[in-house]
Amino acid sequence: MLKQTEGSKAVAEAIALCRPEIICAYPISPQTHIVEALGEMVKAGELTPCEFINVESEFAAMSVAIGSSAAGARSYTATASQGLLFMVEAVYNAAGLGLPIVMTVANRAIGAPINIWNDHSDSLSQRDSGWMQLFAETNQEAVDLHIQAFRLAEELSMPIMVCMDGFILTHAFERVDIPSQEQVDAYLPPFEPRQVLDPAEPMSIGAMVGPEAFMEVKYLAHAKQMQAIELIPKLADEFKNIFGRDSGGLIRTYQIEDAETVVIAMGSILGTIKDVVDEMRAEGHKIGVLGIISFRPFPLEQVRAALIKSKRFIVLEKSLAVGMGGIVATNVRMAVTGSGLRGFTAIAGLGGRAIPKSSLHKLFRQAEKEELEPVTFVDLDWAAVNKQLEREKQTRRSGPIAENMLHDKGIVGVSAKFG
Amino acid sequence: MSFQPVKFYQTGTLTVGNRLLAQDERSVQANQMRSNSINSGHRACQGCGEALGARYAIDAAMAESNGQLIAANATGCLEVFSTPYPESSWQLPWIHSLFGNAPAVATGIAAAMKVKGRNDVRVVAQGGDGGTTDIGFGCLSGMFERNDDVLYICYDNQGYMNTGVQRSSATPPAARTATTMPVGPEPGNVFGQGKNVPEIAMAHNIPYVATATVADLRDLEYKVRKAMQMRGARYIQIFVPCPLGWGAASHDTIRLARLAKETGMFPVFEAEHGEVTSVLKIRNKVAVEEYLKPQKRFAHLFGKHAHPETVARLQAIADRNIRKYGLLSEGDK
Repeated sequence: MLKQTEGSKAVAEAIALCRPEIICAYPISPQTHIVEALGEMVKAGELTPCEFINVESEFAAMSVAIGSSAAGARSYTATASQGLLFMVEAVYNAAGLGLPIVMTVANRAIGAPINIWNDHSDSLSQRDSGWMQLFAETNQEAVDLHIQAFRLAEELSMPIMVCMDGFILTHAFERVDIPSQEQVDAYLPPFEPRQVLDPAEPMSIGAMVGPEAFMEVKYLAHAKQMQAIELIPKLADEFKNIFGRDSGGLIRTYQIEDAETVVIAMGSILGTIKDVVDEMRAEGHKIGVLGIISFRPFPLEQVRAALIKSKRFIVLEKSLAVGMGGIVATNVRMAVTGSGLRGFTAIAGLGGRAIPKSSLHKLFRQAEKEELEPVTFVDLDWAAVNKQLEREKQTRRSGPIAENMLHDKGIVGVSAKFG
Repeated sequence: MSFQPVKFYQTGTLTVGNRLLAQDERSVQANQMRSNSINSGHRACQGCGEALGARYAIDAAMAESNGQLIAANATGCLEVFSTPYPESSWQLPWIHSLFGNAPAVATGIAAAMKVKGRNDVRVVAQGGDGGTTDIGFGCLSGMFERNDDVLYICYDNQGYMNTGVQRSSATPPAARTATTMPVGPEPGNVFGQGKNVPEIAMAHNIPYVATATVADLRDLEYKVRKAMQMRGARYIQIFVPCPLGWGAASHDTIRLARLAKETGMFPVFEAEHGEVTSVLKIRNKVAVEEYLKPQKRFAHLFGKHAHPETVARLQAIADRNIRKYGLLSEGDK
């Protein structure tokens, strides 16, 4: 059913259609609206049987989900940013135990400085945790990916994060097609766990494993994600058969057939990028887009195949590998190893910094001419950065960096010592 | 059956007298049909108080739940010695996730059982004092506050024994650990403010809180069975001496547990909805020296460079417990 609705509300409705049995919730922006909506459904008796548990931390949220999933219940939670970091130990544990938990990550920056706005630093920090990560471009895709995620997680008995851009998607009202219960039931069978805590058949889960078997257990997690590379496109095809639309898959290309320059990105920024590409195409530029939906597993072959006919690529990413450059870009470069393709990394939108079309036009044109440095920081205020660096050179105790920066940019009206 | 009340302890010997009781009054552990929940062959040290406590506690919980029991275990000695891959001592469904999340994992299991309509399946969580009073404390308090249907059992051996005997918030003042060495002017652990987790549990007004020791195994079984007859969050802290960590003889585990209770160092009581309902009275009050001296972790308090003032401070703690919980019978005061 078509609805004009908030992204979070749409996702909550999608989750409810997946018949979750346990939902654990701890508040952190910008995922709160999702679990609030689910909590209301459970309390009103609209979503049953389901237990909604208000936990005392994100660490507890994931731990409750570990317990409930191991006991055979379909388990869901949502988080973002600091919350994801606070639950990290349990995030790795859920993957190690092979528990098919589905978690929404409403992507948000990581402090310090504390910042509630969108970038991809949070979930990308968990890229090696064993969780699969699917990135939604639109709210429609966020709805669809959640439904696919339960199926994928439970077929492989591995957990999945469905990542959607905080505020940009979670708080945006737009038209979303909410599937019917019949459609979801036809797509997603009841949860049949591979291992379960059951007094009728007692088993020990989570035993200590030494060097004699640890590597094999870890390899199996990798093998599961390699299976996911095969499974994700199949599940997207099946999804199309039942729901009638393309959603999910490993990657998505746009105007790529004859493209000499390919822009690579994840999440909602793909919409803006496509607009810019349309405008550049109208001017005769041979430019295309490669959207990565599945960041983990990373579809190396598919990315290579999409890029191989081009001449160069630029990865525009909302994340930063401090001391190195890009995170997504590193993965893409792995995919095109030995191809001779020129590659550029552009770090943009950190902490919710707007990424306007004008900046992208400029960036993509520079990329076409191969005039970029290997790593570009889009719209970075070099004057502010250089001023702070100079200040630190002159005075050892030059004050808190973030506060100095805010003062230099005239955002706070304090009379700074070194203004 | 005799009309006379049966004394469990024969005068002078302190031997548990099961043979004096009718079959249905005997201990769970005396029953041939006991579940042997933690089976023989595990790798606990000789004289391990925790292994003994866990065996009695979980078998009692199994008996009370007709074998319909699931356990969540925190990281620690109990987890490590019972499940070296691919072996497991556990004869019930058991999960180990992390050091600090056993209460939350148990909450998840209990919620799953509820949603599946399996009200007959009960849930216990268990861990050592480090996993309970330190790193798992947030999850424990959350589980209490929500009154989740979980019995949490803390095996309190007063330190991080699995990692090599470091101090926890349950380590008593003056005790030597690897991180509170007996050096300097105030050797051993600091005299802090203490962290009485049974009392903190009581402050949550949960249905049941109890302490027990491995010296009184009938009492331990009784408390576990009683806890299992209730619903909601329940907490039992069992005092379990650690021969390795305490520098005590492995044959002294029961004796030290008894002395901890008889000195007043470890008050044994039960409480319902935040109010103490019974205490186990001290039978033969002894000075704290009796309890401290057999343990090498307190050796620096005695001998050539003795610290009698420190022993006096420990005695004051014991005396305060005796006063506060009313541990002496009327005639003994």
